Order: sequence, then structure tokens, then C-alpha cells
Amino acid sequence: MTGGAMGLWGLPLALAGGALRVSPPYLWVSLGECLTEKSGRINLGQEGTLVMGAMSGYAVSYLTGSPWLGVLAAGSVGVVFGALHGWLCSLPRVNDIAVGIALMLFGMGVAFFLGKPVIQPAAPQLPALDLGGWSELAPLRAALKVNLLLLVGVAAAFAMRFFFRRTRWGLVVRLVGEDADAARAMGYSVARVRLLATTAGGFFAGVGGSFLSLYYPGSWNERLSSGQGLMAVALVIFAKWDPVRCLWASLLFGGAGALGPALQSVGYTGGYNLFAAAPYILTLGIMTATSSAHRILTGQPAALTVAR
Amino acid sequence: MSAPIATGTLAAPIGRPRPLEADAVCKRFGPFRALESVSLRVEPGSVHALLGENGAGKSTLVKCIMGYHPIDGGSIRLGDLEVTPRSPRDAQALGIGMVYQHFTLVPNMTVCENFVLSRAALPFMVDWVRERASLRGFLSGMPFKVDLDAPVRSLSAGEKQKIEILKQLYLKSRIVILDEPTSVLTPAEADEVLTMLHSMARGGHVSIVLITHKFREVTKYADDVTILRRGRVVGHGRVRDQTAEAMAEKMMGGTVPGREKDENAATVGETRLHVDQLEADDDSGVPALRGVSFEVRSGEIVGIAAIAGNGQEELVEVLAGQRPRRAGRVNVSGEAFHATRAQMKTRGVRCLPEEPLRNACVAAMSVSENMAFRTFEARAVLGCFVSTKAMNARATRMVADYGVRTSSIHSPIAQLSGGNVQRSVLARELDGKVDVLVAANPCMGLDFAAVAEIHARIRAARDGGAAVLLVSADLDEIFALATRILVLSEGKIAYETAVQGAAPSVLGRYMAGHG
Repeated sequence: MTGGAMGLWGLPLALAGGALRVSPPYLWVSLGECLTEKSGRINLGQEGTLVMGAMSGYAVSYLTGSPWLGVLAAGSVGVVFGALHGWLCSLPRVNDIAVGIALMLFGMGVAFFLGKPVIQPAAPQLPALDLGGWSELAPLRAALKVNLLLLVGVAAAFAMRFFFRRTRWGLVVRLVGEDADAARAMGYSVARVRLLATTAGGFFAGVGGSFLSLYYPGSWNERLSSGQGLMAVALVIFAKWDPVRCLWASLLFGGAGALGPALQSVGYTGGYNLFAAAPYILTLGIMTATSSAHRILTGQPAALTVAR
Repeated sequence: MSAPIATGTLAAPIGRPRPLEADAVCKRFGPFRALESVSLRVEPGSVHALLGENGAGKSTLVKCIMGYHPIDGGSIRLGDLEVTPRSPRDAQALGIGMVYQHFTLVPNMTVCENFVLSRAALPFMVDWVRERASLRGFLSGMPFKVDLDAPVRSLSAGEKQKIEILKQLYLKSRIVILDEPTSVLTPAEADEVLTMLHSMARGGHVSIVLITHKFREVTKYADDVTILRRGRVVGHGRVRDQTAEAMAEKMMGGTVPGREKDENAATVGETRLHVDQLEADDDSGVPALRGVSFEVRSGEIVGIAAIAGNGQEELVEVLAGQRPRRAGRVNVSGEAFHATRAQMKTRGVRCLPEEPLRNACVAAMSVSENMAFRTFEARAVLGCFVSTKAMNARATRMVADYGVRTSSIHSPIAQLSGGNVQRSVLARELDGKVDVLVAANPCMGLDFAAVAEIHARIRAARDGGAAVLLVSADLDEIFALATRILVLSEGKIAYETAVQGAAPSVLGRYMAGHG
């Protein structure tokens, strides 16, 4: 199928479809990171959690035959990694960024080591929902083939915003992230809230990883993740720590990631590798545009600092 | 033995507050006896002042009452009931609340969110419409109006302190302990806050425990007073039976430094610091200084009076080289000054920023290293290897000269008390040639002896020919030290006057922006 039949409409459609296909890992990891950062910690280990989630999800799906069990396994591995990060950071004089980098490398290493045997076999994949079935247009139908994890992720984004604004636990997480001393004065355990937030954040990243191996691209190998876990951290900053804005930002990053394939689908094949770099260029651009020596980003949790 | 508190049955106290009693309370930290058999009784509906120097045990006593520290002996009673709060939560359940020296409000949240968050039991789901309505109802009976949707960071220090106090009432505290609630407020704000507290106690709704070391606040607003010195009660009684001199004597243990005398010996010389149409932005990019011009001459102290948030912080930061300026000029001794390290050294520009531990020290580095920040490269071998021997010798001399109390010059400076950190910074900044000294709230939170000493050091610097710019939130301090006063309001100099003949009421009007 070339874009010829659709004319100029082919490109935005292919981009939108690509965005829906590429964005879920960004969405899930950024939601997890948003939750973690709202509590006042940065977890750079999300990249390692993502890769571990991808590997374990794939392996469990292959061994049990159920991709949904794989998703669950990936989430559980994420919980373990998140809890590990949260626990290590609750020790005195431990820096969350250093621990994050260590866990990122650790997670990737463990995943490559344990995942060797499942590189070849084909594991059962997550099914796609055919939301475009009503349409006659094949490109539209292709674009609207979405995964349930995307829809759950969208719901989770709105649920998380509700959580932060309207629920007791959400307010406590924000309180701990804004002002640890105030939280202590009110009798909340800062370390425990952060541990739980980081653990839950790990779950989200693990699930995001399972999407990579069980839906798109849909296999397990060592080059599966291309830094989505790290870019999701940048994305949270871009989204100003708002879960729903994380959703829009994920779609934007997903769209940027789909630029190369989308151009290819409408017949333009030049500079494929250049377009594949689009998400990274976007990350750099966003970080440059939003950072300032004189201002603190609005919405940034006050306890979130590099040095402590 | 006392039973643990029974939360729930004691919650939601009704009617008048019960008397709060501490009976022969003892508290040790290792070998150090912080409290030795301290007793105090807070009558229902009264304002009880707790007086004492820094380190006298005031904070330790209230922290025992609030459940931060378990007590080693004695008892705490509320009415007829012996209580053992194990955490601030327990104390809160008993109707005892505390307003801390530093704000516990969350700056990035709204007033409404801050109120609701402070409650012990939050509902799982917060119904903001209902919460807002009930808060409006609560606030309508209060002598202070506040915008519930304003983010706390946009409020002034006085407003924040009032919200802290209202929060205690909202939490149904019947006994409110305030730890130096006016230390971050202007005199006018302090009076407002204390008047509010006083009228609340008069209404019989609450009892107030007021920790302070300002006599004016005690004599004007308190009913009873308990004076602590070195962990012991050295005096207590009705305030109207006490004179300020007698209380000061008990608190200081005999020798009271009299009203600080100043002969104004120094002769005013040529202009040392000349600030011309200076403009700078605050952290969020909003103009904070909008064309500030003034001169400070050799041998004079110029006081800058301003309510927090009117640009004085930014002014000090620009002069100290911590903040870029947007426009305007700063000249020191007639030459342009850009606050580079070389210029600071050759022109003798020194700075005592407020909260020195945060703004002028590296907390984890040693006293010796912190004292060497201005000079460590001076004796470097081959311009590269710093001589620790010279550094330590210099620090030893400064520690002796300035009476810095520290276990060793190698201790991290963060371990020192506030007064000793300030002494260390003072020693560093006043060492060598000082032509321009910028001091911002140099005595915030320090006790009498330290204040007198630091004032004397600043005067000595002036007498040595330095031009001193004193930014202070304390008008008394400005009156005690300065010869000229500038009022900074909304980033501009609103008023200038000589100290002789200056009326606090006029200054207050300009500070509040109603010139």
C-alpha cells in the first residue's frame, strides 16, 4: 500500500496511526515517572525497568502462552525494581539519580543475560482492537488498530490526574514531593510515601516494557528499547508533571518516532535514519527550550532537586 | 507510668481549653541535660510567654510536649489527665498544635489545599466544593481575610504566619504553641499577628504558648511568663508583676548588656558604594528591582528597611554576585563593579547574607575550609596546591578571635549553632581590608549576647572606614546601627531619611507602599 491512493491525506494518517502504535511505552513509563517525581524522587532506572519488563513479559508470554500473564509479570518485575530503587534511596546519604543510573544498567544487564534463551522463539502477542472496522479505507483501518494497553494507559492518565487532585493519597504524594518537612510535621512518613510512589511507578514502567515486546515492535532482542525509558523522564518535564499532559506529550513523541515509517509508507524513503532520530532531536529541543538559568519550572515538585 | 493516649475519645475538644501542665520534666541528650526538672502551667485562655536565650531549652520543652522527644522524667498533664504524646499527630489529637519558626505551608499548593491537607483524617476522596464551603464558613468568623485559591507562594510572610495560626484553629487545637512566630515578620506584621493571638485567647477559645526572646512581645501581649536558662526555670509569674530589666537579668544570668551605645565616632568619608538605576529580576523572571539608586559613603551605615519580597533579597544577591542584573550600574570606589572574585578582593567588598549556613557556607565542609573561601588560593603553592596548614592556622586564629564555639576547626560547619555559624562567616568576611560591607539580617534568630557582639563588629568595621549597607527586617536593628534609612518598596527606593528624627510610623507607611 502506498500513499498514492490517499494523496496528501496519507501522511497525517500514517503519522497518527504510528503515534498510536509507538506512544504507549512512552505513556506508561512517563505516568510511572510522573508519580515517582511527584513524590520528590527521580527514578532514572525506568529504562532498566522497561527493558526488564519487555524481557520478562515476553518470556512469560512464551512460557505460559498468555500474553496478558506476560503483562502482569512485566508489571510485577517493575514493582520489584521500583521498590528496590525506593528502598535504596531511603537509606541515608543515597542519591536518587546515582541509584537510578545504577539500576538502569543493572536492569539492562540482567534482562540481556536472562533473556538470551527467548530471543529466537515467538511468544504469543497481545491482540489489537479494531476500532476502524466501520471504515472502508484500509489506511484508516490500519491506523485505528490499537492495543488495549493504550486505552488503559489513556484512562490511567486521567485517573492519575484525578488521584493527584481529589484523593487523600494523591494529596499526600504531592505534599511529600513539595515539602518533606511539612509532611513530617503533619505526621506522614516521607520515606514510605516515596517508596510506595516509586514502587507503583516501577509497575507502570514494567507494563510499558511489555508493550514493546508483546505488541510493537513485538519481539525480544537487545536493541528493543532505544532509550524510551530515559526520554520519558524528559517527557515528564515537558508535561510539567501533569499526567494528562504526559498523554499528549507521549502522543507527540510517538508521532515523532513514527515520522520515518510514515514517510516510508507514503513513498518517501530518503533520510530514513535521520527521521528515526526525530524523538531524540525533539527531546533535545524541548530540554533546551524549557530550561532556564533564572527560572524554576512551574509545576516542578519543590523537593525534586539534583543535589541533596 | 502513664498510659498511652487514647486518640478518638480525646479528639474534638469542646468548650474552654484545659490547663496544660509540665511537671518536673527532664530531658537528656547523651550527657547533655537539656531540661532539668522544668515545670510550667498554662492557664486556660491565657497567653503564656516562654522566654530564654538560644539553647536555654525552650524548643526542647515544647518538642517534648508535642511528642517529638520522649521525656526522661516528670510528667505532662492536660487537665486531670496525664498524657504521653509520641508524635505531633498524638499531640494534635489532644488539641495541642504548634506553629513553627519556619513555615510548614506548601508554597506550590493553594491556601485551600493547605488547609485540607493539614487535617489528621482526610477523606479518601476530597470533595473540593464542600471543603471550600466549609472553609469559607470557618474563615468568615475569623479576623483575617484570605483568598482560598491563591497559591501560598504568592502570600507575604505575615499572611503565611496568620494562615499557620488559623490552621491550628481549623484543626481545633485548643492549645497553640508558637515558636518565635514573629522572627520572619516586619514589626507591623508582628503586631497584627500578636494582636490576633491575644484576642483569640481573650475569647477563651485557646491558650497560647509563645516562645520568644523579644521583651516587647512579652510585656505587650503575654499574661504569664516562664523564663528558662540552661535547661532550668529561673523565673515565672504574671507579666504585669515583672519589669523587662528583671526578666532580662534572669534570662541572661546577671549581666545585662545595657541599651547598646553608639558614639557615632566614625567620620563619614567619600562615596564607596554607588548603585545607579539598578534593575534585576526575581527567580520567576518578574522585575524585582526597578531602578534602585543610592550611595553609601565610607564610615556610615545605611539601613534598608523593607517588607519581605520588595526586592531587598535580590539587591543583596546582585551586590554579592549571586544574581545577574538586567540594567543599571554598581560602582565601588568610583570604578565599575561586577562582583567578580578579583574585584571583590581588590575593592574589599564583603557580604553577610541572611541565613549564612544556606547562603554563604558549604554545610558539609569544615569550619576551617568555610573560613578559607575568600582566601584559600592566596598562599597556594605553585598557584595550584592549597596549603591546609596555613588554612588551619588562620582558622584557629579566627575561631579564637571571634569566640566561635566549635569542637574542632575540622567539624562540618553545619554542626555549629546559628550564632556560631554567623560568627564564622563574620570572621571570614571581616578579615583583611573591608571597604564595602553588605549585611542582610545579620542577627536573625540569634540571642542577645550574639546580637550585641555582631552589632559591635559591624560598628567596628564602619569605624575602620567601611561603607556598610544593612538590610534588615528588624527596624530596631536599623535604628540601633544605621545613620541613614532607605525604604525599599516594590523594587524602588520609596523614602529616605536620617535616623535622627525618623518616625517608625512614617517608615511603616512607606514600607507598606502607601507613601
